[in-house]
Amino acid sequence: MPHSVTPETASADEHPAIKPEQSTQDVAMDDAPSLGEAEDSAKVNLEELFDDDDSDGEFASSAPVKSEEEASQPAATFKISDKSQYSDPDVMRAFYQRLFPFRYFFQWLNHSAVPSTDFAHREFAFTLSNDVLQRYQSFPTADLLRKRCIADTPPRIDIGPIYSTNPRDRKTVRKASAFRPVSRELVFDIDMDAYDDIRTCCTGANICQKCWAFITMSIKVVDVALREDFGFKHVLWVYSGRRGAHAWVCDKRAREMDDSKRRAVYGYLEVLKGGDQGGKKVNVWRPLHPHLERSLNILKEHFQTTILAEQDPWAGENAAHLLNLIPDTKLREALQKKWDSSPGRPSASKWADIDSVAKSGALSKSSKELLEAKQDIVLEYTYPRLDADVGKKLNHLLKSPFVVHPATGRICVPIDPRNAEDFDPLSVPKVTELLVEIDTWKEEDVEKKIQDWEKTSLKPYIDYFRVFVAGLLKEEKEKEKGGVKRERGDNGEAMEF
Amino acid sequence: MIRHDYSRVDPKRRAYIDHKKRQFAKAEFAQQNYEHRLNFYTLPPTAEVTLEEFETWAINRLKVLSELEACSFRNRSQEETAEYMTSILNKYLPLRSNSSRGTNLQEERKRDHYSHFILRLAFSSTEELRRRFSHLETILFRLRFREDDPRERQDFVRTLDLEWEEVGEDEKRELRDQMLAAIGSKKGEEQDWFKVDWERVPELVSQRKVLLKRGMAYVPAREQTSLVVAEFTKRLDEQLELTARALPRLDEDDRLAPILAHLSQSFTAPEAAYSSSDANIDGLSAINAGAIDTLSQNFPLCMQNLHMTLRANSHLKHYGRLQYTLFLKGIGLSLEECIIFWRRSFKLMTDDKFHKEYKYNIRHSYGDVGGDANRRGRGYTPYSCQKILTEALPGPGQTHGCPYRTFTVENLTGLLQRVGVQDREVLQGVRDDVKKQRYHVACNRVFEHAHKKEIKKVKDEGSWSATDLDTIVHPNTYFKRSWLLKHLGEGNAGVVGGDRMEE
Repeated sequence: MPHSVTPETASADEHPAIKPEQSTQDVAMDDAPSLGEAEDSAKVNLEELFDDDDSDGEFASSAPVKSEEEASQPAATFKISDKSQYSDPDVMRAFYQRLFPFRYFFQWLNHSAVPSTDFAHREFAFTLSNDVLQRYQSFPTADLLRKRCIADTPPRIDIGPIYSTNPRDRKTVRKASAFRPVSRELVFDIDMDAYDDIRTCCTGANICQKCWAFITMSIKVVDVALREDFGFKHVLWVYSGRRGAHAWVCDKRAREMDDSKRRAVYGYLEVLKGGDQGGKKVNVWRPLHPHLERSLNILKEHFQTTILAEQDPWAGENAAHLLNLIPDTKLREALQKKWDSSPGRPSASKWADIDSVAKSGALSKSSKELLEAKQDIVLEYTYPRLDADVGKKLNHLLKSPFVVHPATGRICVPIDPRNAEDFDPLSVPKVTELLVEIDTWKEEDVEKKIQDWEKTSLKPYIDYFRVFVAGLLKEEKEKEKGGVKRERGDNGEAMEF
Repeated sequence: MIRHDYSRVDPKRRAYIDHKKRQFAKAEFAQQNYEHRLNFYTLPPTAEVTLEEFETWAINRLKVLSELEACSFRNRSQEETAEYMTSILNKYLPLRSNSSRGTNLQEERKRDHYSHFILRLAFSSTEELRRRFSHLETILFRLRFREDDPRERQDFVRTLDLEWEEVGEDEKRELRDQMLAAIGSKKGEEQDWFKVDWERVPELVSQRKVLLKRGMAYVPAREQTSLVVAEFTKRLDEQLELTARALPRLDEDDRLAPILAHLSQSFTAPEAAYSSSDANIDGLSAINAGAIDTLSQNFPLCMQNLHMTLRANSHLKHYGRLQYTLFLKGIGLSLEECIIFWRRSFKLMTDDKFHKEYKYNIRHSYGDVGGDANRRGRGYTPYSCQKILTEALPGPGQTHGCPYRTFTVENLTGLLQRVGVQDREVLQGVRDDVKKQRYHVACNRVFEHAHKKEIKKVKDEGSWSATDLDTIVHPNTYFKRSWLLKHLGEGNAGVVGGDRMEE
């Protein structure tokens, strides 16, 4: 067991928790039973391999009695007040020690409980507190990753692809082509940046519930397309910590796609094209592709509430853009006149005006054309705006789930796409709040050992993640088994004949 | 799905690689019989050819391929490419259909076959060459496939044994409307449909031209081009990979190797190369950050647009920044000055934010930081028109790219008028060019208009050679030439002063 838990970590994190009464004697215990302890920890580690449900020392437990060693460390967890210091090394250390779900994280990337190259050849990139980016980090096991996180307390971790060789050995391979990315999840990034030209409620890095609705709409449209059209099952949506969301499509089929297939998926999903000077951004042909038809049905109601009522994008002078999108010059002029005379008219009324003015005879084109133009406008204002450059290449880095956003302190938690509407980015727990929650937690059930994250409001998110990972692992396992079975079946037949 | 090699080739014609006997014993140096015009190039040629034939056939095919590449650089549509290529193909690589009653069909097909394999040898050595070769061969194949006689094409496809699952009647009835909507067909004409994994038709998926359900693509029979072409590329890529591995063991005296080496060399990227000499402009002293505003008068429209956007918003998005930084690097702005330029331009930004989020990228573009390869190569090369024209269109809020391509005609006209192009004829010409997607022609037209007098002058004097006035295909060339023309005979204020286009 070259990578077994070293006695050091084991005794620091695990044993005081399991045997709190001994913790005061730790100095005396240190030498004599060390053999036994080492064996113990090796055993624990073995059990871990078999995905036992017991605690494996991955999460520190409540540790009601602090060992001297821990107590002597600066007890940052108790003195959190300064909100600007979310990425403070002490906060980070406590976060990685007590909250980050390394175990499920490991299983998620490893696609099995037994450590494999899926995890070991995966690139991690750490951004350290001095903004230095360390690329090509890799770890054989979750434990080593955890140790490193606790030691370096990186405020941000990005995840790259799985490489053909261990990323740490990339400079020792003979040919450059022996080190290349082989697989990674298909990822999407939706960022509020892209909505700046139609967002009226906030600007820059700020968000509110009103503009979060853009992200919610995007999640719904993209999620259903990935599942129903492409047949992917394991799509993990993650809050990016401030004002966006990421999607990780983890199906084996998605992971193994090459760049051209990734581009194809993006092409399929992309509707809005052209920069600010390109004029009309939506150019789709009729009849609408079933994907667009479905998206339009999803987006229609959001258009009424989010766009017309809340964002009110065409108030006052801003109506010019709306007018530009109407193909009929006669109608355009009639509307212009009407709106000029009542400058305070809200967007919802203006939208309704289009039809009423058209009905009153100011329409020179067919009503079908007008309907299509209106559909295009709905799409322009609601259809997802994906950041295409993140997902088209295998080797792009994307921020890991569950890390802390350094500016907001919020955890990058998963979003359940089935209840995307209920997700409120402003109520996502902050790291400092969570650490306080652990400390104020009152022990209720003494019998059952409980892990630190379970005492906090992070619990539902980790539970969701755990179920997600379990589903993924189950399918991977079945696939593997299925493959083996079929082979055996073939052999059996061959032998019979 | 696809039945693999073992059953695809008629057993008598299979290329046996049994080193004990068969490939030496039987039928190896025989002529192959080419039944079809099209060829998937699965069997290598086995008959003898003279060295001269070897070379000329290869060179002829190479000519065709480089013309194809030129078409793809110029963003020509499929129809335009086909039209343009007809005469070239007839000259260098004729290939007639069975019905044409040509006399030497077999000979033509043999040349096509042999030249393909010769070039395979020449272009399998590096990843880069393989990629380009396979890309161009695919274009060529698609071109021929489209033009082939429909009946012969069907025959050919049948020999390929591509197995596609047909959509059953029930499913067809159920999904009919959706399938038709997906391919954009309004009329309800009956046709056959196939069901394949969507990964096999990425092109159709990417353009949203096909119905997807649970990972399966419902492809109309007439879209089989896409499927066949995808299959062609896939097999060719695999084969090239194998060829590359076999190359070192090529049992060869020194007759072929020099020819092959020569072939692959003459195929080096015709991409408008940027050379560092472009940065050295006689008479233009070291540029500093403050001079950019003045110099921007000599910038091509893409860079002027970036510059004006930058001045208007005090910000540019990432790709705009990258495109502009590299251009500035190309005109000779030093790293230090470049950082100063951006720092001053981002007026509304704090120093801290600038240093944290922007400075690194600038330094990276100059090769001051980053991986070993980046540093050694002194960062990225300034983008050529080809690069700018083929990258993804800008999204909302982005301003990179070529305005001739990314702007609507109205906005483009407005922009041109803002930078001083008022001549109606020129504007109309630009509109026509843009409609035909000849963006670089439009740009050169504007250049010639803006430098009309100077060009006339140097032509009259004969001080500039024809190559000095060649079509511009690089923004940095545009700047260099523009600056030189506007500063002809420096010191002679009469020439330079009066006729600035910007006024």
